[in-house]
Amino acid sequence: MSARNPYVRPMEGWWRRNPYYVRYMIMEVTSVTVAIYAVILLVGVWRLSQGQAPYEAWLAALGQPLAVVFHGFLLLAMCYHAYTWWKVLPKTLPLIHIGGRPVPGLLLSTAGWTATLAVSAAVYATVRWCGL
Amino acid sequence: MADAERIIEIEVLRYRPEEDQHPVPQTYQVPFTDDMSVLQGLQYIKDYLDGTVSFRWSCRMAICGSCGMMIDGKPKLSCKTFLREYYPGKLRIEALAHFPIERDLVVSIDDFVAKLASVKPYIVPVEPRTLDEGEYLQTPAQLAQYEQFSSCINCLLCYAACPQYGMSPSFTGPAALALLHRYNADSRDGGKAGRMELVNSEDGVWTCTLVGYCSEVCPKGVDPARAINMNKTSSAIDYFLRFVMPKGAAR
Repeated sequence: MSARNPYVRPMEGWWRRNPYYVRYMIMEVTSVTVAIYAVILLVGVWRLSQGQAPYEAWLAALGQPLAVVFHGFLLLAMCYHAYTWWKVLPKTLPLIHIGGRPVPGLLLSTAGWTATLAVSAAVYATVRWCGL
Repeated sequence: MADAERIIEIEVLRYRPEEDQHPVPQTYQVPFTDDMSVLQGLQYIKDYLDGTVSFRWSCRMAICGSCGMMIDGKPKLSCKTFLREYYPGKLRIEALAHFPIERDLVVSIDDFVAKLASVKPYIVPVEPRTLDEGEYLQTPAQLAQYEQFSSCINCLLCYAACPQYGMSPSFTGPAALALLHRYNADSRDGGKAGRMELVNSEDGVWTCTLVGYCSEVCPKGVDPARAINMNKTSSAIDYFLRFVMPKGAAR
């Protein structure tokens, strides 16, 4: 008879075992907040299709203190999600070599972060300029 | 300062299949010097304190891939990790996560060995050549496409880092998929079509959710997360190509 009796360790609570996994879970959860914000915007479009009054009611609802706090939270979550999205992007790309040297992943991520900041700033400036 | 001896507390997660129902921690007081690795700490335990502690090791220089274990919860090669980093704290050592514990720090790796064979980890020549016809030529650019993925030493730290493997052990996993890519990306190889079936399968690249910790813990600078996620693109292309190329290998 074999004396073997391999022990399989349980996986319960695995994501709390390592800070790296906790950050991964936050990255995954913040994708839900992105979806929530998309739904909020879609509701806005739907209310707009119903006419001016429903749309303004939707706008007024967004101005409620609770809604403002919630949007602050969504903004933070979106920022973290954007940060991690570009951080993992290089893992999904084929190896790129320029002049015989590999293009470092950090360079690609930095390009993404810069583009995100630039576009966000441009959108914000445009909205301000148009006096919306 | 000369090598003054200090004492560090090492907690080893023991499991003796003939008597233990589940693993139990056991603590040892180990004198150590600045140049001692965690592996040397374990060897001290085995030689002077408790000869029954089991662990694997061979080369002591991070190339054989035998001595991987969880050190304070992180997958590391014990020959490449030093006791001084943990002093004056206590050090916890456990068998590599996500693998069945055979005894103490020894895990059963049968599953990985079978997976390794399944990726056909060898060059399937595009066109077989005789010795007279000479070697297969390759440019530096072609070499660069697979070189880093060829550094794998099969130490399995990446499997211990991968929660997806822990939860679904049928997942082919980081090292085997990185090696699969190493051969697919080699210009001398013609076996890609035969490997894509595994890449596309339920246990292929799509079980990966890009946690990314595998690449973080790799002691040889291989980037398994990249190899796997690049192949999600290959897999998607392969999937759609079958509609235009009905005679392709992927089914």
